Amino acid sequence: MAATTAPRAPRLGRLERPALTGVLVREVVNFSSFWRSSTFSSTVEPTIYLLAFGFGFGSLVSKIGGYDYVEFVGTGTVATAVLFSSAFPAMFGTFVKYQFQRTYDAILAAPVDTEELVTAEALWIATRAGVYGCVPMLVAIAFGLDPSWGMLVVPLIAWIAGFGWACFGIMVAGFAKSFENFNYVVSAVLTPLFLVAGTFFPLSRLPEWAQVLGNLNPLHHCVELVRHAAFGFEGWTDLARVGALLAFGLVMWRIAIYAMEQKLVD
Amino acid sequence: MSGDLAIRLRGVVKRYGPITAVNQLDLDVPLGTCVGLLGPNGAGKSTTMRLLTAQSIADEGELEVLGFRLPDESKAARAQCGVVPQLDNLDVTLTVEQNLLVFTHLYRIGRAERREAIERALKMANLGERRDSRVDKLSGGMRRRLLIARALVHRPRLVLMDEPTVGLDPQVRQQIWALIDALRVEGTTILMSTHYIEEAQRLADTVLIMSHGRAVAAGPPAELVAEHAGREALEVYGPPGRLAEVEADAGAAGLRTRRTGTSVSILGVDGNGYSIEGERRPANLEDVFVLLTGEEIA
Repeated sequence: MAATTAPRAPRLGRLERPALTGVLVREVVNFSSFWRSSTFSSTVEPTIYLLAFGFGFGSLVSKIGGYDYVEFVGTGTVATAVLFSSAFPAMFGTFVKYQFQRTYDAILAAPVDTEELVTAEALWIATRAGVYGCVPMLVAIAFGLDPSWGMLVVPLIAWIAGFGWACFGIMVAGFAKSFENFNYVVSAVLTPLFLVAGTFFPLSRLPEWAQVLGNLNPLHHCVELVRHAAFGFEGWTDLARVGALLAFGLVMWRIAIYAMEQKLVD
Repeated sequence: MSGDLAIRLRGVVKRYGPITAVNQLDLDVPLGTCVGLLGPNGAGKSTTMRLLTAQSIADEGELEVLGFRLPDESKAARAQCGVVPQLDNLDVTLTVEQNLLVFTHLYRIGRAERREAIERALKMANLGERRDSRVDKLSGGMRRRLLIARALVHRPRLVLMDEPTVGLDPQVRQQIWALIDALRVEGTTILMSTHYIEEAQRLADTVLIMSHGRAVAAGPPAELVAEHAGREALEVYGPPGRLAEVEADAGAAGLRTRRTGTSVSILGVDGNGYSIEGERRPANLEDVFVLLTGEEIA
């Protein structure tokens, strides 16, 4: 009969690296089995937007705010690619892993807490968004956008925005009762934000109230930052935009953790 | 304190709205033993399992796993536990080996020991030859073996198994039993929920019978049978009318009976001189269960 006292390890802390690594490794190993389809859709979709708007509209409006329309849209659709490769996979992926694959049951039975799970998932999606986000810009370069040094920070901008949108998606999945709930979010939140972000037309032509609202749209800040990275930064304004994206990410992160705790632990 | 207990629950209550899933449950799992939670669907077995990994938080009561208090210290406890869920949650597009690799990371096995841990788990589950197969290409029995192997990569001190053989063919069930028995022999502590009487009787050192969230009885299977159902039961077959007569007759003689489909079992018939034409058979846990709860189990 083993009569010894169980060895008491110290209580494990919050946001531990081994826990984050464990969840990330799972994502990376899984990604190795479906990266082709995921890369295909993340690349082709923004390219189609770029070609359709860039050349379709571009034949009507040659210049916008001093830029060639292809340059305008080529930089703007970086934000589109970020949104499509973060908010959507986060929403659907989280829901599928929770509801159908029950992956999170397996992970939470290991020494991983919900906070770590959500954080690692968001970090991973943000990293993918950081990479995929650059694709439209590269395509635009192939179609005549001049490369510049500032473009080197675009992956970082895409990463920060991607983290916020990933957390947004996880939050939505956390609160959603069924897949159908996503329709409301896509129609009422994501589509308007996507259209009124300054991607395809500058917000400066809109009425003033719309411009004010535009500043509440994280996607708009992402669009502007990417554009300025390509054509020249605007000092304090851009710094404020970075701050806005960071704040968006921070708030969404905490709410996503709360939502998933409600969902996963009863 | 509770130094030789792997699990210690006292007065645990878990409610979901108006439903009390676990009701004043006490449970002791001594280190190095295999304890079976036996009960029908809805008895609170799965909820108890979720409480032990802090995926459910108890409304009342004390919970200790491997000396750690739940839910506050659950993470430290989970690091030394292996969990085999009732519903398969393997990553189906990954190979057998990749599934194990992921869990060596989740359970924080150092780089130097990862290879060996994976090999040991593969060997234990007898899946060495299928290491490169994708999970969606495996049979149901292999998937279940992998699910168990995955819970063992980090050599847990305590393994929690929720219905480890539910939905499997009889011969596959035997393979899983062999696997669990091998673990037991190694000295791993096991808490297993099941609604198969035979499974509990074969594998568990101690059985806790649950009904409606409560523990109705606990003890080694043989003792429970001897104490509550006696040594032998008499099984009488016949048309329904005849069975009703037999029940009435036995009842008049002060004996307990239960219907088992096409027959009536008269329980506790050893040594009291009661005689009626029928088949004598050893009493079993199912008799105990029905006697104690008035419910059929499966």
